[in-house]
Amino acid sequence: MNNKKITSNLASYLVLTIVSLIVLFPFFWMVSTSLKTESEVFLFPPQWIPAAWEWINYIRVFTEMPFHLYFFNSMYIAVLVTAGTCFLSALAGYAFARLHFPFKNAIFLFLLSGMMIPTEVTAIPLFSWMSNLGFIDTHIPLILPPMLGSGGMFGVFLIRQFLITVPIELDEAAKMDGCSPWRTFRSIMLPIATPALATVSIFTFMNSWNEFFEPLIYLNTKELFTLPIGLSMLTTDAGVDWPLLLAASTIATVPILVVFFLAQNKFIEGIANTGLK
Amino acid sequence: MAGGKPAGLATLKSKEMWTGYLFILPIVAGYLIFLFGPIVYAFVMSFTNWSLFGNTAYIGLDNYIYAMRDDPVFWDTAVNTVYFSAGLVPLNIVLSLLLAMLLKRKIWGIGLFRTAIFTPVVVSLVVWGIVWKFIFSTDGGLVNLLIRTFGGTEIPWLFSETWTMPTVIVVSALKGVGMNMVIFLAALHDVPKDYYEASKIDGASRWETFKSITLPMITPAVFMVTIITVIGSLKVFGQIYVMTGGGPGTSTYVMVFYIFKQAFRSYEFGYASALAFILFTIILVLTLIQWKLRKRWVHYEQ
Repeated sequence: MNNKKITSNLASYLVLTIVSLIVLFPFFWMVSTSLKTESEVFLFPPQWIPAAWEWINYIRVFTEMPFHLYFFNSMYIAVLVTAGTCFLSALAGYAFARLHFPFKNAIFLFLLSGMMIPTEVTAIPLFSWMSNLGFIDTHIPLILPPMLGSGGMFGVFLIRQFLITVPIELDEAAKMDGCSPWRTFRSIMLPIATPALATVSIFTFMNSWNEFFEPLIYLNTKELFTLPIGLSMLTTDAGVDWPLLLAASTIATVPILVVFFLAQNKFIEGIANTGLK
Repeated sequence: MAGGKPAGLATLKSKEMWTGYLFILPIVAGYLIFLFGPIVYAFVMSFTNWSLFGNTAYIGLDNYIYAMRDDPVFWDTAVNTVYFSAGLVPLNIVLSLLLAMLLKRKIWGIGLFRTAIFTPVVVSLVVWGIVWKFIFSTDGGLVNLLIRTFGGTEIPWLFSETWTMPTVIVVSALKGVGMNMVIFLAALHDVPKDYYEASKIDGASRWETFKSITLPMITPAVFMVTIITVIGSLKVFGQIYVMTGGGPGTSTYVMVFYIFKQAFRSYEFGYASALAFILFTIILVLTLIQWKLRKRWVHYEQ
């Protein structure tokens, strides 16, 4: 009995270790290669850890392309989209959970149906409208549609679901004290909804930071690129400079990994809770 | 209830109504402008020869007929997309379910493994694709170096009609497996403990317990996750764009990649809209099935 348990625990560890090594290996290989010279990259047998660390690759990332701008663009777009999505979807989520107005449920269902509309389909008309408005090669199409489109719908849904589990007495009391809906929202509901808002911000930030399709179709000017598009442009050139590309990839990946490791439970529970509901 | 004179109550109510509309206004406007409007517009324009250049004219079902009857690339694309889904979905579901079962047990270091396997989920698909493209390079990629070490023949992983799609499938599965694993883990934790106790007392083997207790209890979660994964796999784009560019030939052209090519490289908006609508219809049907099942299961649980 005990022996059997030990064997099965060992088998579990073995499987988990193998899978973990396979999914973590690319990160190790990315960093390792980013510190090699170009001639070391394809050496046989493979060099697991480079002999001399070529930190110069990380400097080249910033001298050979406007990488600081890619980074800044990604960051400010993700922060704006996240802040906007949180605020607007909290506002609407609160209204749907608490306020009474005609057609409330019908409107909510209508919004909910929007979550299944793929951005790849709406991209075609949006591209032509944005083009008519002169917004091609600007950041506007990367900020407004994600904030108010399907990302926003997802936020409204999550926050509404969260707030309807909160006891109604809280805002009834506020109402008795003569609080306006806006004040009830700002000083009572918003603080209570913090866990739901954390989930919404994590998802929104991650999606915006990693978004590829939209920058690819809207941006032409290098200085306006976000990280994913800047990186992908380095692969299409004939003859890839792998140490440079992987140094750039490392810099692009570090922030999201740091946030993930600091708040991993929020990430993982956020997914677990939203995935099933 | 907030009391007061009936007249005061009425003003309060109408005030609340207008506040409600005001609070949902940005999101509703966003929905109409950025989701509902475009989808309707794309549908209407799929019956035209709309393109960036020239005049737009109504051409009836021509786009759909051309796709179905005369466009060989469309059928390549459809077959490749099905190939991708048929490879990715079972691989992802089986692996993530297995990992969730292993992680459910209370042994040391579980949190560490959970974090490790989840890590690729938060990373950009572009970065993930770039690193794996490097690992699978034909000349000097790590996989081929290892094959050479053991005396095997090197394989052009991303330049062979046989190997490219399987490679992309495996790379995509590794990226997404942590997500589904975590959802399954939550579902497994929801299975009441006494069920397991009962089966232990009955002397059931681990496989029997899995088959007769765990699997039936988490079936709703498995169906949900499967449909979500199928929908996601039908929209595959980033890793294809980065790793293969649709090639070699058209062997990894998938739906969104072809829509992207038609719309934003050839600027054939009308035809691309028709293609997009074919994709949307499939996703719509899958989503409706998902909603229907969810409703049934919710009632069933009650």
